[in-house]
Amino acid sequence: MKILVAVKRVVDHNVRIRVRADGTGVETDNVRMSMNPFCRHAVEAAMRLAEAGAATEIVVVSIGPKQSNDVILTALAMGAHRGILLEAEGRVETLTVAKLLGAVVAEEKPDLVLLGKQSVDDDSNHVGQMLAGLLGWPQATFASEIKVAGAGLEVTREVDFGRTTVQIALPAIVTADLRLNEPRNAGLPMVMKARQKPLAVRPAAEFGIDLTPRLTVERVSPPAERVAGAKVATVPELAKLIAADVAELEAL
Amino acid sequence: MTVLVLAEHDLGVLGAATARIVAAASKLGPVDLLVVAPDAAPIAEEAASIARVAKVLAISGLAHAPSDALTDLLADLANGYTHIVAAAAAVGRDVIPRLAAKLDLMPVTDVIAIHSATRFDRPIYAGNAIETVSSGQAQNLLTIRASAFRPAAGGGSAPIETLGAAPASHQTFVSDSRTESELPELSTAQIVVGGGVSFGSAEKFALVEGLARTLGAAVGATRAAVDAGYAPNDWQVGQTGKIIAPDIYIALGISGALQHLAGIQGAKKIIAVNSDPEAPIMKIADLALVGDIFEVVPALTAELQKLGLKR
Ligand SMILES: Cc1cc2nc3c(=O)[nH]c(=O)nc-3n(C[C@H](O)[C@H](O)[C@H](O)COP(=O)(O)OP(=O)(O)OC[C@H]3O[C@@H](n4cnc5c(N)ncnc54)[C@H](O)[C@@H]3O)c2cc1C
Ligand SMILES: Nc1ncnc2c1ncn2[C@@H]1O[C@H](COP(=O)(O)O)[C@@H](O)[C@H]1O
Repeated sequence: MKILVAVKRVVDHNVRIRVRADGTGVETDNVRMSMNPFCRHAVEAAMRLAEAGAATEIVVVSIGPKQSNDVILTALAMGAHRGILLEAEGRVETLTVAKLLGAVVAEEKPDLVLLGKQSVDDDSNHVGQMLAGLLGWPQATFASEIKVAGAGLEVTREVDFGRTTVQIALPAIVTADLRLNEPRNAGLPMVMKARQKPLAVRPAAEFGIDLTPRLTVERVSPPAERVAGAKVATVPELAKLIAADVAELEAL
Repeated sequence: MTVLVLAEHDLGVLGAATARIVAAASKLGPVDLLVVAPDAAPIAEEAASIARVAKVLAISGLAHAPSDALTDLLADLANGYTHIVAAAAAVGRDVIPRLAAKLDLMPVTDVIAIHSATRFDRPIYAGNAIETVSSGQAQNLLTIRASAFRPAAGGGSAPIETLGAAPASHQTFVSDSRTESELPELSTAQIVVGGGVSFGSAEKFALVEGLARTLGAAVGATRAAVDAGYAPNDWQVGQTGKIIAPDIYIALGISGALQHLAGIQGAKKIIAVNSDPEAPIMKIADLALVGDIFEVVPALTAELQKLGLKR
């Protein structure tokens, strides 16, 4: 099977972001960027399918500015075979990302597209489902386990009541949750080797897809701030305060 | 200007989130509430009593909420509705973006405030920023964060319309693994007791459940505690887990990583117990006790029982 993995470059998840004072967005200048954590799990899942002999080729694709090269290189260092960067500046909405990925799917004809369940910048949780909708393919979102089963896949998904396991036919879309696997860190030799692997760079505009956003972001504001309250010294004191709060709730 | 809302339910019972989503959606227009379940009738009866519901639509079928068939069903019903709305929970997150792509619409998800029929607030960056977006689209697809809205009242008696067969799904259900618990539902509980990885084992994590039982509270956990196998995945609270807004959140041995805080920003009062006074959670807690969870939690549970607390 051939696997396409979509990876996104985002503000590193350890960075404490700052909202710009003028309300135009989040400060991203001189901020550490890296591969969206969920995408790392998707790349790792593809690698494990390849190592188990179930996948023959892994292609990674990213949509974003030139610098998104970095996250493609990270995926290539983890073991993917080749990369595609669709260069686009500015805000690209999830629906547009899904359409661009749809165009790549039409060219590459993968049997499986692996994505992260959500991007930790916009926290959208859209693209995998949208791509599945556009292609009319089955989807298994929020995956914590992927097994090859006959000609299809058996995927365990994390849902509100616990977990559910479904069987889907290929071609299909699977989005990775954090408990899917433990992503590998590529060693220096793999990082060096990644630079030799093919990486095609193409302008996103070349696909004839309208890149104009549908939504207007009017303002980005900081959330209400929480400040430290009181310190309690002893357990009986804390118990009294909790009991009083609970009594107040009961009274409502 | 009618709004179609997809009802939340589980095991044949209407989900507590539904009344909250209805309350939010009723700001957009009259609400038709859609119940899709193997046996929709009893759930539709419950749904009909939610105030501000104009009509309940009941369709029997589609066990296990398959995304493909559920999307096709919503696409068939979409005509005539200005908004299609679901809870920002597993089913809504699975289905609304798929539906959006089919209808060529850009959805607005995880809505926490509705300013008008086309202007919404949604959190980004794990809740560290709030984005206000407006949409010029003729139809809007939304998922709504239930914990951000008060539930609509009961006592209504909306008419129930039973619709025909549901479309077929191409995905095959294999099995479910459920967390059995008599404790309240996490996403809508008034009190939540959360435990971190510092409990060190599933046996010790039972201390968290012990305190929760005394308080009639739900149990939450950090990702680290879930990853370690001390708590089931559906107890995870945070950016990738459940988002809660209880009146009281008690964080036990939890550091307060920003991804965890993302899930508790709506809590009215945060009480933290941590051996490290410098832990981030201690900096935002309304009440903080510096101490060892293995001493504090059993003592606190006993003390509350002594005070005659029983819920
Ligand atoms: C993309 C992404 C998404 C994530 N999503 C989530 C999410 O949804 N939810 C979530 O919770 N996390 C999430 N995380 C993980 C998060 O970053 C933290 O790693 C996690 O929340 C830490 O859990 P913890 O507080 O249990 O453990 P730690 O951070 O290890 O903290 C343990 C705390 O226990 C205290 N402690 C230790 N021993 C004792 C004792 N005996 N008595 C009292 N206190 C003690 C310590 O002082 C410390 O503060 C996510 C991470 C990433 C990268
Ligand atoms: N710009 C992008 N380039 C490549 N993949 C993306 C991009 N945006 C989103 N994705 C993929 O879609 C997943 C879900 O993202 P989102 O829907 O934006 O939360 C991510 O984990 C990626 O796998």
